[in-house]
Amino acid sequence: MIATAFHSSNLVLVSAVFLACAVEMVEALTIVVAVGSTRSWKSAFEGVAVAVLALGALVAVFGPALVHVPLTTLRLVVGGVLLIFGLQWLRKAILRSTGYKAKHDEDAIFAETVAELNSATGDRDRLAFVMSFKGVFLEGLEVVVTVLTLGASSHELGLATITAAVALTLVAIVGAIVAKQLSGVPENAMKMAVGIMLVSYGTFWTGEGLKVSWPGNDVMIPVFVVLYALFVWVVVASLKTGEMKAEVA
Amino acid sequence: MAQDNQHSWAVRMLRGFGMFWWDFLIGDTPELFVSTVVLIGIVAALSLAGHWRWASVIVLPLGAALMLLGSVLKAIKAKKASSS
Repeated sequence: MIATAFHSSNLVLVSAVFLACAVEMVEALTIVVAVGSTRSWKSAFEGVAVAVLALGALVAVFGPALVHVPLTTLRLVVGGVLLIFGLQWLRKAILRSTGYKAKHDEDAIFAETVAELNSATGDRDRLAFVMSFKGVFLEGLEVVVTVLTLGASSHELGLATITAAVALTLVAIVGAIVAKQLSGVPENAMKMAVGIMLVSYGTFWTGEGLKVSWPGNDVMIPVFVVLYALFVWVVVASLKTGEMKAEVA
Repeated sequence: MAQDNQHSWAVRMLRGFGMFWWDFLIGDTPELFVSTVVLIGIVAALSLAGHWRWASVIVLPLGAALMLLGSVLKAIKAKKASSS
């Protein structure tokens, strides 16, 4: 029973970190590919390298500091952050899948970035470097927060870091192969899955931080995943049905 | 001069750091931030009240689900209002 709980919560952790990293890095990769193919691959890669170094420095500073925060406080803060972040992701994913918000279009972002680069005046290589740096740094910052919070609160920082590294490598390889066809990635479904996992972790860690006695302890994480997935499915189905009825009327 | 540069660099970094967390936690959904803080307060109060402690197990996930539903419905209402 304990072994099952251990494995199921770790599975949720690995899935959440992997999908969150993949989604964020697809967004960053779109910008890097747009910058590289339009202006200069050298500047694009320089921007990526400096952003990765800056993110590494942040992890080096804040990662060890998290170990010194009392566990109950850490879990409450991390739980609250994950809950808010996860609910934001889920809200967007629900609105997108019910047609109330435009789907995240990597082709449109690619075209927008290319247009911005083409219309810019001044030092083009510097602009390419800055755009590439900003894209990787800002998306990477979300990856860092996700990995640090999920990893530190579940005492699996190593596992979370390795999972993130695997996700980033895979996205980089796939990105190099498919290059401009990143719009084929089922991003909304991935965001929905990540949102459900973040909210599940957020609920669990917030409760742990507030000394809630969860029945079955860690087993509650996969239980929350199932319950929230069902809830989201019902909400999406109801909203779609409601819209269809409104259209018929 | 060097001190001024260092000062403005530090201010920019701090502002950027603050903006990141503002966008990350609040952004265009302040209702989710506020309701999460309120929910944490309610569960904390329930956890302290020994007799009602068991209710936290239901209130926390149910509250999160209702917060999500409320925020989605608010966004749909705003979308419909802006398109009509």
